[in-house]
Amino acid sequence: MAEGPFRIGVDVGGTNTDAVLMTSSFEILAKHKATTSTDVVQAIAEAIAAVVAQSGVDPTEVTQVMLGTTHATNAVLERRDLGRVATLRIGGPATKSVPPLVTWPEDLRRVVSAGEVIIDGGFEFDGTEQVPFDRPGVEAFLDSLDGPPDAFAVASVFAPVSDAHELQAAEILRARFPDTPVSLSGAIGSIGLIERENACVLNAALIEVAHKIVAGLGAALDQHGIDAVQYFAQNDGTLMAMERVLQFPVLTIGSGPANSMRGAAHLSGLAEAIVVDVGGTSTDIGVLASGFPRESAIPVEIGGVRTNFRMPDLLALALGGGTIVGDASDGTDIRVGPESVGHQLTNDALSFGGAVKTLSDAANKSGRASFGSHSPDAMTDDVADLALRRIDEMFEDGIDRMKLSRSDQPVVAVGGGSVLMPPTLAGVSKIVRPDHHDVANAVGAAIASISAEIDQIFSLDGTTRDETLESAKADAIGAAVALGAVPEATEVISLEELTMAYMTDNIIRLRIKAAGPLR
Amino acid sequence: MGASVFGGGGGGDPYMGGLMAGQAIETGGEVELVALDSLDDDDLILPVAMVGAPTVMAEKFLSGDEGARLRTEIEQTLGRRVSAVACGELGGINGVIPVTWATNTGLPMVDCDLMGRAFPELQMTTAALAGISINPVVMTDERGNLVKFDTITPEWAEKMVRTVVTSMGGEASMCLYPMTVAQAKEATVVGSVSRAMEVGRLLLEAADDPIAALCASVDGYALIEGKIVDVERQTTEGFSRGSVTIEGTGGHNGRFLRLEFQNENLVAMEDGRVVASVPDIITAVDVHTARPIVTEQLRYGQRVSVIALPCDPIWRSPEAIELVGPRVFSYDIDYVPVEELHG
Repeated sequence: MAEGPFRIGVDVGGTNTDAVLMTSSFEILAKHKATTSTDVVQAIAEAIAAVVAQSGVDPTEVTQVMLGTTHATNAVLERRDLGRVATLRIGGPATKSVPPLVTWPEDLRRVVSAGEVIIDGGFEFDGTEQVPFDRPGVEAFLDSLDGPPDAFAVASVFAPVSDAHELQAAEILRARFPDTPVSLSGAIGSIGLIERENACVLNAALIEVAHKIVAGLGAALDQHGIDAVQYFAQNDGTLMAMERVLQFPVLTIGSGPANSMRGAAHLSGLAEAIVVDVGGTSTDIGVLASGFPRESAIPVEIGGVRTNFRMPDLLALALGGGTIVGDASDGTDIRVGPESVGHQLTNDALSFGGAVKTLSDAANKSGRASFGSHSPDAMTDDVADLALRRIDEMFEDGIDRMKLSRSDQPVVAVGGGSVLMPPTLAGVSKIVRPDHHDVANAVGAAIASISAEIDQIFSLDGTTRDETLESAKADAIGAAVALGAVPEATEVISLEELTMAYMTDNIIRLRIKAAGPLR
Repeated sequence: MGASVFGGGGGGDPYMGGLMAGQAIETGGEVELVALDSLDDDDLILPVAMVGAPTVMAEKFLSGDEGARLRTEIEQTLGRRVSAVACGELGGINGVIPVTWATNTGLPMVDCDLMGRAFPELQMTTAALAGISINPVVMTDERGNLVKFDTITPEWAEKMVRTVVTSMGGEASMCLYPMTVAQAKEATVVGSVSRAMEVGRLLLEAADDPIAALCASVDGYALIEGKIVDVERQTTEGFSRGSVTIEGTGGHNGRFLRLEFQNENLVAMEDGRVVASVPDIITAVDVHTARPIVTEQLRYGQRVSVIALPCDPIWRSPEAIELVGPRVFSYDIDYVPVEELHG
């Protein structure tokens, strides 16, 4: 019997809910995978029950639970359960040419908007006041509101450089409406007012959803007699504490692909590799750099709203275990996808006694895989070979598009559909399909580090670039340690330096992220 | 976006430019784009531009009334009315910012600009080439601070503008080279705004092969398709300088293109040979959508095509090459028109 304490990682995806139960040295004792039911809380409870029962451990010895979930993503995409947000931008007289929320899709704006205003204030890039903060302007806006909104969002110009005006505004808001949550942009996003303000408003709208997630997980744990510290997976593949998810629910958006890639890194032991996650309907290809997902350089839209979150850079292919293989009309060629039988694979595919030809059947027919209950006799060898040759080309092309150099690189194959992958591919040094690859998402949540990030503009007057870098790195590490990371094992995992054109002063912008394993 | 193709990697992020102009049209109504020919020869036109760091513009964008302030000041100084605003340069921000100020001032926008592309310095204009005075230069910020000055040369104006921009918080709105329509017919790139709009429309209507469609529409040449494998940047004397190396993919396997930039892309080299150079326009575009990517947004790993297109013929005289040719940017090479290099 393995010794406690234990941890449970759960990942609630759009299709499947995965869970793993691990020792503190990351030995996997039990795993579970099931279709996500419409009642997400129930799906979480069932997954936890399954791994506890399978492992036979004493539930009271489970001390940490890590949850990655699509609650927030679904709320934004489906425009439901969102709070009504009053938005205060501090930036006038600048920025009036593009008011808050005008870039949002009309339907989402209608659901979320409880009023917007631009008041004078905000900062310059160097942290000096742009104009003084307009305190009476805040009061006048509050007077104009039709009662308290569900939440406030506050975004000031150059808040990542100085958040003093955002803090002053928050003080006024809390004095008037002590029970209404307030989201501040400086704590959420980086440079780029529109994108940061958008993320801040989405965050404010998701506060209630966050309470639901936390309450749901709490109830599921109580049900099984588990008294564990709860952590929540975020878009960069690292974790945040429960107190933070209640403040920053928007950061959970995009955690699924990040978990899968972190899980792939852990299970394979590779820190630099391409990750190919093959599901039932689609395949995501991403890149691991230093064990973390490479981030997309372009702004990310969530439900039609542009934000500056850094999400994993992914290439999606319409290719999965359930992808349908069709005959071309003249019989000389075939068609692969994009349609898929999705979670009906185990009913509809030839290999399970159904009548639909899928890529899983092609893999079984050719001997690349062997699973299911029936032999896929209705598919000819020629069709199977053609279909596999076609998808190998798709894998090769997709991997090549994500690679940073022409040299052959290792590939980690994860996900239930990864049996479709061949033993070798052009441009790939080796293909690793690690044990437990089917629950890589939950593994990624369970093993994740806790992280913190800084993003600021620094003036180099009276100091050197090296000194500035060192002190900024120390700030980032200190922030991660403050969130629960082991100090000795916390390190800088990404550092980006941008210089600014047209400035006569010597100024750099640093974006530094530090992460470390949980204490 | 079309303006950004002609921006050659400079001129600012078309997203912010588009937002500000789109919002101005939403609240102030459509802007009339007029041909130079439809105005009287002695009408006054006012070229305008934003100057500053794109990163600052992403944070502290326009209040919206800057244009009206510039117009009032110039009308009081010159004692005559302005008939239309014009673009100082083509680029993601400066190609569309005049729209914001046109709605704001109730003026039409005239179909011409001073560069036919983007350049980093104020003397690099067709107006300076034609001997038009840059004076008076008026600069204002979103707070209402306003500076007006005369200089003995546009090079001096460039120097002073940089100092004022820094004290205004990293960005400013300005007008320069006020001129009559008769002067503009000789001293601007005529029809450049409508041409940029055509290209923008083409990019929005996703064609099967957008890169080929784009090249066909601007008489451009696709230099390479590939992945960015190296980005080097430094800031010197207020310019963002650097270079990008692109490794060919697909049919371009094994080739490498090096792109040198100073705010805008200036020289493209392959195997030590120049394959395009300033004043011809070199623009990196997304390999799938053909949408332009400004130099500040070039990143390691991006998949891009690099296209080169001929500059306006106005830039090809010996005098013009002395003003904006490769040697001005410290490249010891002779300018050869892109169509001669690839014809």
